[in-house]
Amino acid sequence: MQDKDREHTEKLFTSTRRAAGGSRDVDASDPIIGEEALGRAGAEPSDAFGSPVGPLTGVGMIATEAALQPPSLSSPTRRRVQESVIGAVLFLATGVSVLTTLGIIGVLLYEASSFFRHVALGEFLFGTRWAPLLVPQSFGVLPLLAGSFLVAVGAAIVALPIGLASAIYLSEYAPARVRGILKPVLEVLAGVPTVVYGFFALTFITPILQRFWPDTQVFNAMSASIVVGIMIIPVVASLSEDAMNAVPRALREGAYALGATKLEVSLRTVLPAALSGVVASFILAMSRAIGETMIVAIAAGATPNLTANPMESVQTMTAYIVQVSMGELSFGSVEYQTIFAVGLTLFVITLVMNVLSIFILRRFREVYE
Amino acid sequence: MISPQQRRERFSPRQKQRGRAAMALQALFLAATLVGVVSLAVLFVDILITGVGHISWDFINSFPSRFAERAGIKSGLSGSLWLLGLTAAFSFPLGIATAIWLEEYAPRGWAMRTIQANIANLAAVPSIVYGILGLAVFVRWFNLGQSVLAGAMTLTLLILPVIIISSQEAIRSVPSSIRLASYALGATRWQTVSRQVLPMALPGIMTGTILALSRAIGETAPLIIVGALAYMPFTPSGPLDEFTALPIQIFNWVSRPQPEFHVLAAAGILVLMAVLMTFNLFAIMLRNRFSKRL
Amino acid sequence: MPPTTAPVVETRDLYVYYGKSAAVKSVSITIETNRVVAFIGPSGCGKSTLLRCINRMNDLVPGARIEGEVLFQGLNLYGHGVDPIEVRRRIGMVFQKPNPFPKSIFENVAFGARINGYKGDLGELVEKSLRQAALWDEVKDRLNVGALSLSGGQQQRLCIARALAIEPEVLLMDEPTSALDPIATQKIEELIYNLKQDYTIVIVTHNMQQAARVSDQTAFLYMGDLVEFGQTDQIFTNPREERTESYITGRFG
Repeated sequence: MQDKDREHTEKLFTSTRRAAGGSRDVDASDPIIGEEALGRAGAEPSDAFGSPVGPLTGVGMIATEAALQPPSLSSPTRRRVQESVIGAVLFLATGVSVLTTLGIIGVLLYEASSFFRHVALGEFLFGTRWAPLLVPQSFGVLPLLAGSFLVAVGAAIVALPIGLASAIYLSEYAPARVRGILKPVLEVLAGVPTVVYGFFALTFITPILQRFWPDTQVFNAMSASIVVGIMIIPVVASLSEDAMNAVPRALREGAYALGATKLEVSLRTVLPAALSGVVASFILAMSRAIGETMIVAIAAGATPNLTANPMESVQTMTAYIVQVSMGELSFGSVEYQTIFAVGLTLFVITLVMNVLSIFILRRFREVYE
Repeated sequence: MISPQQRRERFSPRQKQRGRAAMALQALFLAATLVGVVSLAVLFVDILITGVGHISWDFINSFPSRFAERAGIKSGLSGSLWLLGLTAAFSFPLGIATAIWLEEYAPRGWAMRTIQANIANLAAVPSIVYGILGLAVFVRWFNLGQSVLAGAMTLTLLILPVIIISSQEAIRSVPSSIRLASYALGATRWQTVSRQVLPMALPGIMTGTILALSRAIGETAPLIIVGALAYMPFTPSGPLDEFTALPIQIFNWVSRPQPEFHVLAAAGILVLMAVLMTFNLFAIMLRNRFSKRL
Repeated sequence: MPPTTAPVVETRDLYVYYGKSAAVKSVSITIETNRVVAFIGPSGCGKSTLLRCINRMNDLVPGARIEGEVLFQGLNLYGHGVDPIEVRRRIGMVFQKPNPFPKSIFENVAFGARINGYKGDLGELVEKSLRQAALWDEVKDRLNVGALSLSGGQQQRLCIARALAIEPEVLLMDEPTSALDPIATQKIEELIYNLKQDYTIVIVTHNMQQAARVSDQTAFLYMGDLVEFGQTDQIFTNPREERTESYITGRFG
C-alpha cells in the first residue's frame, strides 16, 4: 500500500467515523478529505475503511513531508460521550450498595431516636422487663438480649466443636473422594431455608427433648439452640477449613519429619497456625446465630424471659420484631418504634461481631514466609 | 554422641499409645463431620414422612383455608414466583453493573476499597434488618404499601451483596491477557468489557445469581416485616398487590397448634425444597456446560 | 547503508516512572518508516516499558507516569487531546505469550475491525490479514474453529493477523517468539522480514541472535538508559560503547 494511499485512507476513516457520529468537526485543514468524508458516510462505493475507489486512487503521488498533515488523534465526541455515560451508569449502580448501608443506619437511627425520646436509654438498656404491648408498658431490653444470647451460646456449644472437628477431618484426614462428597453436603446444610429448620426444631427436636426432660416447655431455647447450631456448622467448618488449607505443606512436612503422628501435626502444628481463621469463624458463626430469626420465632417462644434455663420459653430480639410486625402496626406509635430500637441493638451487636471477626482474621494471620 | 540406650532414656516416644490416641480421635472427627450429614438426613426423612402423603395437585392448586383438608399453597407459590421474577429483574442488572464498575472501572484507591468492604459487610447483616429497612423505605417512604414490589425490592437489597461478590470473582477470573489484547487493538473500555470480559465471565455470573435467587426464595423474615400476608385467598395480579409467599405460608401453618397444619407445613416444605433443588441443579448444570465449552 | 526514510516514531528525552523509580531514563530515539528496529538489553532494562509507551499501553499500568515526548508522525502522542484508543488503532501490538480470544479464528481477526466500525467485507479482510501473517493456508477451511485449538506458533501468527487486520502503520512486538519453539520462531522471523515492506516494526527481544537476524537497527538499553543505537551489523560487529560490547559478548546479561 502506498504511503499516500494509506495516509488518505487513514484520514478518511477517521473523518468518516466522525461524520457518521454526527460531529461536524471534520478535519478542516484538508477540505478535500472533509467533503469526501461527508459524502462517504454510508455511501458507496468504498472499500475497507472508506478508501476511495475511483478518481483519487490512481494518483500515486509521492507526498512530501510538508504536504502531510499531522494525524489527528483525538477521540470522536460521540464515543467519548458514550463511554462517559456508561461509566456514570455503572457508578450509579454501585451507589445502590452505598445507599443501602446509609439507609440501614439512617432508618434505624431515625426511628430509634424517636423511640428514645419516649423511653430513657437507661431503662431500655438495663430494664429487666420487656412488655411494650401490654399494660403496664415496660421497655427493658435485657430479656430479649438474654434470649438471643442464650440461644446463641447453646448454638455455639453445638456448632463450634462439631464444626471445628469437621474442618479438621476434611482438611487433614479425608481422602479426596470422601471430601468431594461431604463438603457439598455440608454446604447444603447452609442452604436449607430457616423456616424448614424451625419446623424441624418444633416438631422433631422438642418432642425428643420432652421425652428426656419432661419439664421442657413446648417452646424452649434448647430446641432452637440445637437447630441453630446445626445450621451454622457449615460456617465454622468452611472458614476453619479454609484457614487450615492455607497452612503450607512445608509446615506439615516439617512436623512429620520430626516423627509426629497425624493427630499431633493437625492439633499442634496446623491448628495453631490457622488459629486466627478459626477464631474468626467462631465469631462470625455466633453473629449468624444472634441474627437468626425463623428458627427462634417458631421454636423458642414469644414470651420475653430473663433466664439462663434453656428449657424455658424465651423470646429473642429477632423473634420479637417478627411478633410485632405480624400484629397491627400503627405507624409512628411507640410500639412501631420498638422495632427500630430493637433492630438497632441487633444491628450494632452483629456489626461489632462481624468487624471483630474480620479484624482478627487480618491482624493475626500467620505470615509464613 | 549418645548411645541408643541413652536415647531411649532421654526420649520416651510412646509410639503405640500416641498411635492409638490418634486413631481414636480421627474416628471422633469423622463422627463429628457425620453429625451434620446425619442431621440433614434425619431432617429430610422426617419432613418427607410427614408431608409426602399430602402432596397432590389439589394441594398445589388450592388457596389456604381454615380447614386443613382444603388448604393449599397456590397463593404462596404464585407470590413466590412474582417475587422471584421482580427480584431477578432488579438484582441481576444492579449486581452485574456494580461488579463491572468495581472490577473494570473503579480507580484503585481508598474509595473502591471502602465500597468493597461495605459490600462484604452487607453480606453479613441479618436478613431481618433488611426487612426493617424495606418497611421504612419501600413500604412507608416510597408509599408502595405492603406490596409484592416492596417485598421484591427488599429481597433485592438482601441478595445484592452476594451477587456482586460472586460476579466480581467471575470477572476477575478472566485473564488480563485478554483485556490487554483487546485494548491493544484500539478497543474502548466498554467494548472490551462487553465483548470480551462479560461473555467469558457470564457462566460464573449466572451461577452466582441463580444461587442467590434460590436463597431469596427461602427467605421469610424480611417478608414478614414488609407485610406479607399470612392469609391470602387470591393470587397477586399486579406488582402493587398484597402478597404472600411459600415460606410465609409454611411459617403460618407451623405456628398453629393443630397437628393437621403441621402436615400441611411439611407438604409445603417439600414443594419449597423441590423448587430450590431445581434452581440449584440448574445452576450446577449451567456451570458444567459452560466450563466444558471453554 | 540504506537511505533514510521519513521518521514515523520518535521519542525525545523520554522518562517513564513507575511510582518513584524511573524505568526509562532520557531516551531519545528515531524510528524510520519500513524499518525493523530491535530493542535489546538484560532483564529489567526498560525495553518493554519503552515499547509500551509507543502505543500508550503504559496508561493501563497504575502509577505509570511519563515525561518527555513520544512523537508519531510528528504529533506528540501524550499531548493534550490525544486519545489512546486512536493511538492504538494506528500502532498495533503483539504480546509475548500468544493471547487469542476464546472465540473462533475468524472472530479473532475480525474483532479489531468490528469495534472500529469497519464497513467493508470482513471475509476479505480476514483472509488478507491471515495471508499477511502466513497463516491462511493452514486455517482457511476451519475459520470457525476455536482459536485455542491452534498450536502456540499458530496462535501467535493469529495474533499478528489480528493486529494487522486494523491496518496499523507501526507494529510493536514484545518478545513475540520467547514462548515458542524454534520452528515456530523461524516462521515468525520470516514473517517479520516480509511485513517490513508494508509496516514499520519495533521488536523487543532478549535473544541477541534474533535481533541480529531480523532487524535493520538495534537499540541497546541498560537499566533504563539508551546506551547505543545504530545499524544492526555495526552494533554487533563494532559497538561504540563498552557496555554494549560487554553485553554482546555475554559478559553479563
